[in-house]
Amino acid sequence: MRKIRVLIAKPGLDGHDRGAKVLARSLMDEGFEVIYTGIHQTAEDIVRSAIEEDVDVIGLSILSGAHMYHFRRILELMKENGLNDVLLIGGGIVPEDDKNKLIEMGVDAIFNPGTSIKEISDFIRKNLRRRV
Amino acid sequence: MEKEEKIRERIKEWEEGVLKKSLQSLPERGKFSTLSGIEIKTLYTPIDIGEFNYFEKLGFPGEYPFTRGIHPTMYRSRLWTFRQFSGFGDAIETNRRLKYLLEHGETGLSIAFDYPTLLGLDADDPITKGEFGKAGVAINTLEDMQLMFKDISLKDISTSMTINGPAAMIWAFYILTGESQGARWCDLRGTIQNDILKEYMAQKSFIFPPEPSLKLVIDTIEFGSKELPLWNPISISGYHIREAGATAVQELAFTLANGLTYVEKAVERGLDVDDFAPRLSFFFDAHIDFFEEIAKFRAARRIWAREMKNRFNPKKERSLWLRFHTQTAGVSLTAQQPENNIIRTTVEAMAAVLGGTQSLHTNSMDEAWALPSEKAVMIALRTQQIIGEETGISNTVDPLAGSYYVEWLTDKIEEEVYKYFDRIDSIGGVIKGIRSGFFQREIAESAYRYQKELEEMKRVLVGVNKYRIEEKLEIPILKVPDELEERHLARLKRYKENRDISKVQDSLRILQLNADEKNLMPYIIDAIRARATLGEIVNSLKDVWGEYIEPVIY
Repeated sequence: MRKIRVLIAKPGLDGHDRGAKVLARSLMDEGFEVIYTGIHQTAEDIVRSAIEEDVDVIGLSILSGAHMYHFRRILELMKENGLNDVLLIGGGIVPEDDKNKLIEMGVDAIFNPGTSIKEISDFIRKNLRRRV
Repeated sequence: MEKEEKIRERIKEWEEGVLKKSLQSLPERGKFSTLSGIEIKTLYTPIDIGEFNYFEKLGFPGEYPFTRGIHPTMYRSRLWTFRQFSGFGDAIETNRRLKYLLEHGETGLSIAFDYPTLLGLDADDPITKGEFGKAGVAINTLEDMQLMFKDISLKDISTSMTINGPAAMIWAFYILTGESQGARWCDLRGTIQNDILKEYMAQKSFIFPPEPSLKLVIDTIEFGSKELPLWNPISISGYHIREAGATAVQELAFTLANGLTYVEKAVERGLDVDDFAPRLSFFFDAHIDFFEEIAKFRAARRIWAREMKNRFNPKKERSLWLRFHTQTAGVSLTAQQPENNIIRTTVEAMAAVLGGTQSLHTNSMDEAWALPSEKAVMIALRTQQIIGEETGISNTVDPLAGSYYVEWLTDKIEEEVYKYFDRIDSIGGVIKGIRSGFFQREIAESAYRYQKELEEMKRVLVGVNKYRIEEKLEIPILKVPDELEERHLARLKRYKENRDISKVQDSLRILQLNADEKNLMPYIIDAIRARATLGEIVNSLKDVWGEYIEPVIY
């Protein structure tokens, strides 16, 4: 059995990278293989990294309020590139209404501030679509 | 000395007698440490503060070393400025929010810009898609700035603007807005954050590489000292360093090290320290560990006064002042049971006041969900007004001075800050430390450690890892309407159509030619008078200086 591969990415202009970095490191402690993109990534950059790194999960961290646009764009590109079996999750400052819309659009989960690392890692293990 | 011996003797007796007996039947709940990990004992006594020289350590408020405050009477003469950070959507919408706050007793303005503006990008730049007006207000042109302050008299109010990479440009928009209202430049009061060093360390809204960025900062400091004597051209900020995960000690050490770097660079430029140091201002976080924050603010004033005196020997006493703005800790807010955040913010705001802040922003309860609603921001403002006008906390100066615990903690934080100063010196200073990722690593390490403590239940976060409930969110959430973007883009388009493009191009060419040699403020002002936009000015400097791409460290 191989390790589950997770891409943690910061799309757009947002510079708040505390959560992304803490999560990247904590998921490694939990036994995942984690790639962190750094800040200021376009949707194209992120999907390209996901393909190149052959990840099972993409996790977006957005605290800038621009989540609706970036998730939509990444979902489109994931579809175009046939990444149907890759989980898409996210976290940050996302109001409830938007969260519901994102789930309807096809995002697998949105984690609000205060979510424990365990909740996130359990979710990934339980909902993984690719075989490891 | 005799007295000290006696106290030591009595402490020993107490420990072996009353304390020991008590612990047998009622043991302590565990080990205790501050939020930043400083270990805390059961009791503090005169022994813990050693040979405490009152005049060296504290002195009187308004006198060196300013531990007790920079003003002799502090809040008895004037309360701190109630200054709520605000801005969203476009200039017209933000103008409405500013007026709402002023109507309800706010005494200073503080502007939040959206991400494109923070990075010096116009709203019609394709890379900004999806970001318009979300994290603050979009300001691209002089017209935008004028609309944001429509019917707000800039000669009568002070404005703080959280802007860094393009601070010089945004300031120039503001100066010309004041001018168009009939205010003289020398009457304008306010602050631009303009602290680029902490952007590389923590907030990450940088544009150019560190060296030319720093040059531009010194340009603003020089320009301000000559043309806008009441303006604070920089707000040296620990807030973002702390929010990114740093401890209180790291926040203070890195911020003061940045501050000293700016002073060195300005002196290297040939400025007289007394011409600009009195206008340097600071910005700190007030986190949830009440006493640690108070001690941090007190230590900050003492260290800054001493270092300024020893390193730069200014003649004016004001050059030794550490004046600061405080914001309560955004990271301490929880998405769960958001009303609880009102309590957190209250405690943090009290620490800021007991620490002697000059102005304060109190966070709104809903900020782990979105930008604050009108209702939430009203409660936040009222929190300050209650502390200032009901509680009596502001009745006397530095009321916690002389507390064995607070004085011990103030000394301890000071000592730890000096250890960091040594480390920063040993790695070759602030800019080398940024380039090598020293600060970024230190901050990330602290953030990681804090998360681990939460996961392991070594720290309690009420409503999050303890006392959690199933709940339905019952607070209003602010929505930024999409029409604001369309309105802004239409205005920007019109603005660009109604100008002589050759004049714009000429002004930008002259700006580029002088980028490295001259103070750029007058050239930026000229470009804006020629109706250049924010994005155009920033892009023309990117052509000369390039852009910064940070090393990825986690």
